[in-house]
Amino acid sequence: MPHVNFPKLLDHVAATVISHAEELTALDSAIGDADHGLNMKRGFELVLADKDRLAAMSLPEALKAIGMILVMKVGGASGPLYGTLFMTLGKELPAEPTVADTARALDAAITAMKARGKAELGNKTMLDVLSPVVAHLASGNATFESVRTTAFAGADATIPMKATKGRASFLGDRSIGHMDPGSRSSSLMIAAICDVLEGKA
Amino acid sequence: MKKLMNSAGTILTESLDGFVAAHGDIVSLGAEHKFVRRKNLKPGKVALLSGGGAGHEPLHAGLVGFGMLDAACPGQVFTSPTPDQMLEATQAVDTGAGTLFIVKNYEGDVMNFEMALDMCGSTVETVITDDDVAVENSLYTTGRRGVAGTLVVEKIVGAAAEKGADLQKLKALGDRVNRATRSMGVALTSCTVPAAGKPTFEISGTEMEMGVGIHGEPGRRRVALKSANEIAEEMVAAIAGDLKAKGDCLLFVNGFGGTPAMELYVMYNAALAQLAKHGLKPCRSLVGSYVTSLDMAGCSITVSKFDDEMATMWDAPVHTAALRWGM
Repeated sequence: MPHVNFPKLLDHVAATVISHAEELTALDSAIGDADHGLNMKRGFELVLADKDRLAAMSLPEALKAIGMILVMKVGGASGPLYGTLFMTLGKELPAEPTVADTARALDAAITAMKARGKAELGNKTMLDVLSPVVAHLASGNATFESVRTTAFAGADATIPMKATKGRASFLGDRSIGHMDPGSRSSSLMIAAICDVLEGKA
Repeated sequence: MKKLMNSAGTILTESLDGFVAAHGDIVSLGAEHKFVRRKNLKPGKVALLSGGGAGHEPLHAGLVGFGMLDAACPGQVFTSPTPDQMLEATQAVDTGAGTLFIVKNYEGDVMNFEMALDMCGSTVETVITDDDVAVENSLYTTGRRGVAGTLVVEKIVGAAAEKGADLQKLKALGDRVNRATRSMGVALTSCTVPAAGKPTFEISGTEMEMGVGIHGEPGRRRVALKSANEIAEEMVAAIAGDLKAKGDCLLFVNGFGGTPAMELYVMYNAALAQLAKHGLKPCRSLVGSYVTSLDMAGCSITVSKFDDEMATMWDAPVHTAALRWGM
């Protein structure tokens, strides 16, 4: 795995989330409470505001600090869940991670998120993106392109699902036919990370 | 979008500044707008703390004061508050007898309050409210939403705390009131989140959403608009069928923010007639917009099966921005 240019990674992931805020909010309007894009945008703007401090840290410390910002500033369900994701990655990843390290750390993060959100695969949540991506990374034959494809396919797969977690679950069958906003934001972030590591962004 | 505001980015803090200025005899504001607290704490009393996304005013800040909450943590519009808010509020209002969190059952709220509890050194118990019968309950789902019944829990537990009940008793009482309470909501219009700038869902002039929550999330089904009597019939049948109780109760008709009091009293009248069919007899009542969904038109009906203790606690003195009686 190439060396991580952390400031660039931070910039591109944050810019991707912020530029898709309206789309994420529109997805959330259909089956939730119309705030996912706004909350993610607010969280990542605060992450960007702290960029100099974060860039001076090691990768694990910076990930933990990002997780703390998201937990303390985003609110809603996405704050604790994405916060738990980043904080766990920070705890599990070495400063110069391999693909295998990444798969293992992401797997630990998924376990922590399941404990926090009490969700499982197939509940129409961001786990439906993260779980297949971990499985794909662990398979040993992942390319940047195949990781992106796996992430976007995971988000697409939430469209026909009936939500059983989160506010979308209150809609029952009416949640079917819409993409889960959290799965969309997860897939966008994974694709953005791939873009930077591949030198495309 | 037409709203009385200066900007979507400052609507929450400006509203809180106005609230605290208007009710400075009852409340004061925490640093960085993180919480609204009761101005004069009662040493030795269990602290009651609630919170949730903004947009439901007067819930929860309007229920801070004598006989109800000690602190309320407002999140962004329809977004749960963050753990640091609950942490700082707890530190500000806990006088040594412990703190009771009253949390509406939404994943975001539950997770953020749980994280605050994990970080908090003090003794904390949590009551989770889930009174909305429009959502099917299941072990495998999020479960029911906490809606207007939360006010009933806060009033009754608040009165018991004021009379000196300890933390364990208050936790048990809160759970008991929640189990005795059911709500159901109907929306005639959507609502507009200030930062989103347009209605959360589209609905025609001849339709209504049956079974809505308090966040502009669509309900379980969309049907043609009916008369108040027919709407009340369906709502009360859903509530009574789930509550499975007869006798004395509280009937609370709650406006969602865009419905005039005149219509709420039409719904109260209609609900009263329907309750009689199910053997329920309101011994206490409340009508008004207390647990709102921004500018949504519509209402919820809440029924709480009351025993003598609950009725006594309901009648006990209260002095908050939104509820005041008995003193």
